[in-house]
Amino acid sequence: MATAVKPRIKLDKKEAKKGDIIEVKALVAHIMETGQRKDAQGQTIPRKILHKFTCTVAGKQVFQADFEPAVSANPYIQFKFRATDSGPVVLTWTDDDGSTIVGEETITVS
Amino acid sequence: MSGLSRRQVLAGSAGALTIGMFGIAPAHAANNAEDLIKAFTGGKSTTEGKVKLDLPEIAENGNTVPMTVSVDSPMSDASYVSDVLVVGDGNPNGGMVTFHFTPASGVAEANTRIRLAQTQNIIAVAKMNDGTFFTASKQVKVTIGGCGG
Repeated sequence: MATAVKPRIKLDKKEAKKGDIIEVKALVAHIMETGQRKDAQGQTIPRKILHKFTCTVAGKQVFQADFEPAVSANPYIQFKFRATDSGPVVLTWTDDDGSTIVGEETITVS
Repeated sequence: MSGLSRRQVLAGSAGALTIGMFGIAPAHAANNAEDLIKAFTGGKSTTEGKVKLDLPEIAENGNTVPMTVSVDSPMSDASYVSDVLVVGDGNPNGGMVTFHFTPASGVAEANTRIRLAQTQNIIAVAKMNDGTFFTASKQVKVTIGGCGG
């Protein structure tokens, strides 16, 4: 199911000059189950979160974050990178079950 | 202000593990936040400064609290922030999020939304590429029950 989720990604500009700072905002729908809650029968609901987020630009990693259960449901992430090369901006979230959610934008650097 | 004292850790250690997301908690609960910081720094000392934590003073809904961490750094190949650890001392688990920056990040700043089980101190520790550590902390008051105030 998680793989069908389409993340929402926004770059503050898609065409940039070399050296410009680009801001990325991304939101993805995910329950981020903490592993602390119990269901009606008193059974602990197992943890299921997106534990890793990476961003590569033109194949080069610019940012990574490790999420713990303390990150809210439907995790939002905002960060910046310095534009150097044109290419795909690929955002990848990795689930506890090993599946990934991938979103992609393109940046053009002149 | 800066993190937990030894006394607070000892006082809170007994009940801390049983506190759920919505439990009534002592003013200072102890979790593994200090251990996480120690593991992150490798036991090295941290200096206050350079790191800025942007959090609301009062969070009415602890389920989603916006948090921005920024670190004062040129972010060049010679001098940059490599990792930032964020922990809270009042959640069942201390760990919250770890950001990994590169010189290509341009600016060492990131924002996400976190869950806070209760009023607690949020501590950010930044690791520079030269092996030094800087830290900042901020207390967020969490209103449980959602009636404002």
